[in-house]
Amino acid sequence: MLRLERVSKRFGELVAVNGISLNVLRGTIAAIIGPNGAGKSTLFNAITGIYPPSSGEIFFEEKRIDGWPTHRIAAAGIARTFQNIRLFSFMAAIDNVLAGEDAHLHARLWDSLLHTPRQRREEKEARERARELLRFVGLEGVSETYARNLPYGSQRRLEIARALASRPKLLLLDEPAAGMNPREKAELGDLVRAIRERGITVLLIEHDMGLVMRICEEITVLDYGECIAHGTPTEVRNDPRVIAAYLGTAVA
Amino acid sequence: MIYAYFLIAIAVVIGAQRLPDLRAKRVLFLLLGAALLCAPIFDRNDATFNVLADAGIFVLLALGLNIVVGFAGLLDLGYAAFFAIGAYTYAMMASPQFNLHLPFWLLLFLAAAFAALFGIILGAPTLRLRGDYLAIVTLGFGEIVPQIFQNLTKYTGGPNGIGALDFPSFFGRSFGQGTIPYYYVVLALIALAVFFAYNLRDSRLGRAWMAIREDELAARHMGINTTAVKLAAFALGASFSGLAGVVFAAKLSLVSPDLFQFQVSVLIVSMLVLGGMGNIPGVVVGALVLVLVNNVVLPQANTIAATAGLHVDFGNYHFFIYGAILVAIMLFKPEGLLPSRQRKEELHHAAT
Repeated sequence: MLRLERVSKRFGELVAVNGISLNVLRGTIAAIIGPNGAGKSTLFNAITGIYPPSSGEIFFEEKRIDGWPTHRIAAAGIARTFQNIRLFSFMAAIDNVLAGEDAHLHARLWDSLLHTPRQRREEKEARERARELLRFVGLEGVSETYARNLPYGSQRRLEIARALASRPKLLLLDEPAAGMNPREKAELGDLVRAIRERGITVLLIEHDMGLVMRICEEITVLDYGECIAHGTPTEVRNDPRVIAAYLGTAVA
Repeated sequence: MIYAYFLIAIAVVIGAQRLPDLRAKRVLFLLLGAALLCAPIFDRNDATFNVLADAGIFVLLALGLNIVVGFAGLLDLGYAAFFAIGAYTYAMMASPQFNLHLPFWLLLFLAAAFAALFGIILGAPTLRLRGDYLAIVTLGFGEIVPQIFQNLTKYTGGPNGIGALDFPSFFGRSFGQGTIPYYYVVLALIALAVFFAYNLRDSRLGRAWMAIREDELAARHMGINTTAVKLAAFALGASFSGLAGVVFAAKLSLVSPDLFQFQVSVLIVSMLVLGGMGNIPGVVVGALVLVLVNNVVLPQANTIAATAGLHVDFGNYHFFIYGAILVAIMLFKPEGLLPSRQRKEELHHAAT
């Protein structure tokens, strides 16, 4: 579904991502792991068009998407959340989700100006879908609360709901469990599985190995911008290079 | 007497915000509208309606700028440029200048369209800019446009501008010298502008504006085409200003470049800040208060001073007075007189 071919991203002298090839299969939950500064978030930014890659190619459903503007990539079916939550702070939770639906609404300028029957119907349906998504992530009671005023764990969930509103085929989660307590992490694991049940492929960046090992089928390990291992959780866990990268020493 | 109009209008708009019931609110506004419509039957003082029509023109301008600055969060310090474009559209197409005498009503549409077009033309180069940088560039545009009108002497009459503009007519009846017909036109345009502004706010487009104001990068990731959405804000905001320009020019029967200087842009931004950026009733109140100060209180203060034997022109101090008002607002109610819920919370959070 998502295929990266020798993708590199350089910032001046710094090579943040170096020749990464990656293939995310439809219907999987895949993870990218690696120490801080390994280039994981840069890779996400390259996929979503924030920093187009310096070299290499990115294909999504066999269409080459590197070089596309971000909003077009989003509309094509790739949604994401952010490492540091980037909600629309002073918008109600439901409006955050509705903003996520934007690419699938058809209201033109005149519809917005005049609130034509078509526009009213569409807004009503969009609102219904947004409520359903809030229910799905467990936020049904707070739809009118400003995102800013939600507790941290709820903000993470709201960001996922907003991403789902854009009806992605592929969902990129950037450290979704960061700052969560063990119970919240367990719930998050269930939520990610439920998302996959909806037919959405998930690619996540995560530092919590317990979570990654439990829910992911494919793991790619990055270190210093390079791919050092790839495989199932068991394979990766026993790979000496991975252990070295994480512990910083060679294993005897 | 003139005070009564302003104070009642301001009181109704502020009072309506305290009503919890949407129906009661609507009734109150309908009553205000009816009262304003009937006013010329009882009060035939042209000067009063001249001031009220001017106030209405600024309400229109404030509503338009509110779309750009309040909704989309794009600080535009050159908004008077679109006002000028609207006014000159009327001046050039309904005057002896080119011997064109197109009807006022057609020119309202044309000017709105022209202003929107220029909104897009001037907006396009600024799309990557935000905050301070955007403000500086728009300020530049605000300076360039009157300069162009001043220097294209052959077409625009240069510094003298264009005079003897046509009187508009309504079903064959000329507006003539009276100000009451303009007052009615302005009322109708405000009703339209308020209707559009509310609809926009509660629509896909309004939500997209809010989203880019909050976090442009995240908005792009949600599939929002930020380029299109920003240009729509510039175009729609400018079109309100174009309408205001046409009425302004027709009422004055004259345009000249000095009517659209930087001060006008600053004045409109001040109305937003004073009233409560992003909130429709708020910016209406902001516009009414500043016009009241500028066009009623200051001239009257002059008269009072003159009878007391003092020779001061308070008009010369109007920027000093706005400045003082704005500083006071920033100190005591930084979100404005009648803020939106968002803005109130934003500033509350910023302070904590």
